[in-house]
Amino acid sequence: MTAVKPSRHSAPSRRTQAAPRPRRSPGTTLRENIVWLAAGAALIYLLLPNLIVVLFSFNKPNGRFNYTWQRFSLDAWKHPCGAPGMCHALGLSLKIGVIATVMATILGTLVAFALGRYRFRGRSVANLLIFMPMATPEVVMGSSLLTLFVSLHFSLGFRTILIAHILFCLSYVVVTVKARIAGLDPRLEQAAADLYANELQTFMRVTLPLVAPGIAAGALLAFSLSFDDYIVTNFNASPSSVTFPMFVYGSAQRGTPVQINVIGTAMFILAVLSVGIGQFASRRRAR
Amino acid sequence: MSAIVPPTSTAAPSTAGRRKWLPPVLLLIPGAVWLGVFFVVPLIFLASQSIQTGTVEEGYKVTWHLANYTYAFQHFWDQFARSLAYALLSTVFALLIGYPLAYAIAQKAGRFKSILLVIVIAPFFTSFLLRTLAWKTILSSNGLVVGFFRSTHLISLTNALGLTNGDQVLNSPLAVVAGLTYNFLPFMVLPLFASLDRLDPRLLEAAGDLYASPITAFRQVTLPLSLPGVVAGTLLTFIPAAGDFINAQLLGNTNTTMIGNVISGQFLEVLDYSVAAALSVSLMLTIVVLVALYVRKAGTEELV
Repeated sequence: MTAVKPSRHSAPSRRTQAAPRPRRSPGTTLRENIVWLAAGAALIYLLLPNLIVVLFSFNKPNGRFNYTWQRFSLDAWKHPCGAPGMCHALGLSLKIGVIATVMATILGTLVAFALGRYRFRGRSVANLLIFMPMATPEVVMGSSLLTLFVSLHFSLGFRTILIAHILFCLSYVVVTVKARIAGLDPRLEQAAADLYANELQTFMRVTLPLVAPGIAAGALLAFSLSFDDYIVTNFNASPSSVTFPMFVYGSAQRGTPVQINVIGTAMFILAVLSVGIGQFASRRRAR
Repeated sequence: MSAIVPPTSTAAPSTAGRRKWLPPVLLLIPGAVWLGVFFVVPLIFLASQSIQTGTVEEGYKVTWHLANYTYAFQHFWDQFARSLAYALLSTVFALLIGYPLAYAIAQKAGRFKSILLVIVIAPFFTSFLLRTLAWKTILSSNGLVVGFFRSTHLISLTNALGLTNGDQVLNSPLAVVAGLTYNFLPFMVLPLFASLDRLDPRLLEAAGDLYASPITAFRQVTLPLSLPGVVAGTLLTFIPAAGDFINAQLLGNTNTTMIGNVISGQFLEVLDYSVAAALSVSLMLTIVVLVALYVRKAGTEELV
């Protein structure tokens, strides 16, 4: 006993304390923090464009393009709809985003329950069918839908954009919700059954509330994918159905109004706030 | 107690009884029909379009006109090869930049983990077109980046490599690859984070106890265990990057056009649907083949 104890204590402590000490030099601190240096540089690379978007929403450009800093101004914030056509495009994007999110979330959640809860023949085919749209480049998806619509003489516009958006959001909702279902503890549902809950009660009171955060995350992802899509949308839109990304892309050729930066900044602040509140709420609930 | 739980948990999914195939099929049908009608059927239409002849005004007929493919490759081989090269470069850069970031968040961030994750996702909440346009400001000829490139004479190196032209960084291959890397970096970081987050730090301590240097421990322990994340991240970066045309359009010049620019131009401006469809089908097949080879070589089947 006495022979074991010292060796158990001294060996690791010698390694953790004594070993680094002789090597401690400026080079060592650099080596220890090099991961943080690289990570910090990566974060700057990720966030710098967002800072530029926010900063340039307060710019007063001289020409048609808002690429170089001139002077501080609140004009764009005072008149967010001052750019002709922009708020109309924004409204269309929000409308498509909401409908596509609701549809894709419903369809995707049903599929996720089928794949996450049941073993059946053809399950791997279904998994592949869900995976393929995510592995397809957007130009291919957009152009194939265009070919379908043109061949069937289906007129392009609001409906075709909506069909496309539901399509590419669907897979992401399935993957997100399925991950949540896979992480559920099956004993919770068994406990409900033991307490004489029928299948419907178990689903409504136990399963659904537990899966709900996954469904919410899937819906949030679907909305941001839909709201931000340009490539697929552009293939399936008509000149009368201009979404916000299409407006921004068009303005890159004609002249960028400061108002697009105002919208970009406002969306960013809203989204960060809602994610922050969500995190805060879930942490309080966990306590 | 622990002996009772496992049998009940394995029996739970089959509570539906004799007709247990019915509930999953009913749940599956709406979504599967949507994917079938608007994803699989269009791909068949696209493949059919690529072997048709005709015009938009007079209509098209299937004539097994494979010359659409030879025409497409004779005229647009450069853009095709360039797309794959740019996508490969930006995937490698995204891996080199994203790995330390994902590692730091997963293993070293402690209680700041969730805040840092939000920061990685936050750029998504501003339109990617606006963020790509912001790179025009960052890389513009009087910006900081160009100043740095000029003062360190890095610009003569990138000029010699053909990555930049003259004394500007904007409208060059370098700008396009930087834009692609930037745009798809979160798609690299998130899967890497997911696999590095599961890495037990005690494994690294064990490697150290067995006299492995930090580099050996990384090569033998961290990297193999994060391989599923590397595979998922590289695919999520490479596939969209190969088909992208926004970065080439907004940050490049006429010598940086990618296959996405060509497909979109042929479909929407030139209205040569058959050649555009041939290019689209070729891109899809190339990516499917490359992905299949890569996944087999990397040896993970966790993806599907």
